[in-house]
Amino acid sequence: MGEKVLMKGNEAVAEAAIRAGCRLYFAYPITPQSELIEYMAKMMPKVNGTFVQAESEVSAINMVYGASGCGRRVMTSSSSPGISLKQEGISYIAGANLPAVIVNVQRGGPGLGDIQPAQGDYFQATKGGGHGDYRNIVLAPSTVQEFADMAGLAFDLADKYRNPVMILSDGLLGQMMEPVEFKPQKTKEELEELDRQHYEWCMYPNEDEPNHHHHEINSLEIDPLVLEKHVEKLSEKYDEIEAKEKRFEKYNIEADNEVLVVAFGTSARIAKSAIDELKEEGKSVGLIRPITVWPYPYEAISEAMTDKVKKVVVMELNLGQMIEDVKLAVNGKLPVEFLGKVGGILFTPEEAKAKILENL
Amino acid sequence: MKVIAERPKSLTDLQFTYCPGCMHGVAHRLIAEAMDELDMRNNMMGVAPVGCSVFAYKFFDCDMAEAAHGRAPALATGMKRARPDMHVFTYQGDGDLAAIGTAEIIHAANRGEHITVFFVNNAIYGMTGGQMAPTTVPGMKTTTSPYGRDENDIGYPIQACELLATLRAPYFIERVSLLSPQEILKAKKTVYKAMKFNKEERGFTFIEFVSTCPTNWGVTPAEASNWARENMLPYFPIGNFRDKSKEEGEAK
Repeated sequence: MGEKVLMKGNEAVAEAAIRAGCRLYFAYPITPQSELIEYMAKMMPKVNGTFVQAESEVSAINMVYGASGCGRRVMTSSSSPGISLKQEGISYIAGANLPAVIVNVQRGGPGLGDIQPAQGDYFQATKGGGHGDYRNIVLAPSTVQEFADMAGLAFDLADKYRNPVMILSDGLLGQMMEPVEFKPQKTKEELEELDRQHYEWCMYPNEDEPNHHHHEINSLEIDPLVLEKHVEKLSEKYDEIEAKEKRFEKYNIEADNEVLVVAFGTSARIAKSAIDELKEEGKSVGLIRPITVWPYPYEAISEAMTDKVKKVVVMELNLGQMIEDVKLAVNGKLPVEFLGKVGGILFTPEEAKAKILENL
Repeated sequence: MKVIAERPKSLTDLQFTYCPGCMHGVAHRLIAEAMDELDMRNNMMGVAPVGCSVFAYKFFDCDMAEAAHGRAPALATGMKRARPDMHVFTYQGDGDLAAIGTAEIIHAANRGEHITVFFVNNAIYGMTGGQMAPTTVPGMKTTTSPYGRDENDIGYPIQACELLATLRAPYFIERVSLLSPQEILKAKKTVYKAMKFNKEERGFTFIEFVSTCPTNWGVTPAEASNWARENMLPYFPIGNFRDKSKEEGEAK
């Protein structure tokens, strides 16, 4: 504890999940998240946990559905094509009001795409992905440390709202090694308390109902009027999450900012390098880095649009997905420019700097 | 006053949603009776499928989950692994288990998950209105095989017991029929046996019920039983395909 270790993001998030009380993990191998599944395969037996390599991502997410219905902390992970396969299950988990943590180590798409870092799953992650009206809480890390810290946060939010939480990382964060400091392993008492917190609704007889137990884990409401009420209730939950859980980082946000950059995850890392260089040259550029990409911190962007800001520049590793949310925040008040890179290729700090200079 | 017959405790008092002459109610009752007799209800979790028995989660009076189409064995895997001290069963139809859920059932069986799978085979998709199933027999007309199933075009019916019996892990695999009171009484013994193996944590247990669908077959229940006997049993022979308790020298 308190000691820094050098680890890949994929391994760090797995270790952090175990420390946060995750004792069930179901997944299917896919690059570039393989170190995650391999770490779980190695470590779960050592903590009396469960690791199952499923026959498909479809099965893996449905194993998560079953385990979550029993009230236990459970996780799966994959990369973009595999996350597409999990969408059916994620919709059911959301519909059934179940907590679950899903890690997406994004790679280039569409289709098989490639195995390099990308941010092309933003729409899928933040706007639904599966069928029906539902929302995932989506956390976007930009360092290995933050990736690891988000494991615990993801489980806490999933449990608090009984909602799926996705950690939207990418191949860079998954594969890159950085120093990480872990939170301590939850104690036996804390794990028991985690186990009890869902007894009210989960499948599992307990001391409150020792002789008869009939809890239903279900997303089916065949009566339209009942389904209407159910979806409205989900909607109220999403409103509460939007009110309470928006997270973002302000970087170099000053009254004299002339350009406001908005970027998340790996893109934000690169943007920061460009902003630091420009600062040395006497140019003031601010960055809003959404940490939750759903709920989206619209207000943080509009508040950072101070009088001197002339343009907003969005940077993403895709053709322009988050830019739609930025435009909603900007609401037509300023021009919104875009720097994007696809194919699993990163833009360089120089390219980011050049894009900002074009708009200064 | 002596009670001669009553509803099993493992069934709720809700009225079944099944058509007249449907055998789902009988299959439910056999499972519930075994749960009662083996005192398993308070430690039982079941998984309902998509299909006519989609509301089974309301009918069995134990913890129940409703799965996506075909995914029941994956849910059951997650449930059993999450709560190893509980007993888990799935209840699935032929479209659910032998078409959209083939990967899930084969791999749950291959892992030897300690669950019991009840598979109701009536050779047709009932809830969606009588479409061809993976177990529809050659020549049989359905709304999506209006000229009769052509085995040269779409293949022969899938024999789930025979398929699963190629795997080493399953502990118990048996096909029974629900076509007459005698056959139902025989089926009851098999259900009890599989549930007992479940309670004793022996391994993966699988029961296929050869059943009927008078509504979508467009016949009376009695005609349906006769039709199934003549047309389904040749493809789905009744019998045991695996019983490791015999190999373990404890034949009953």
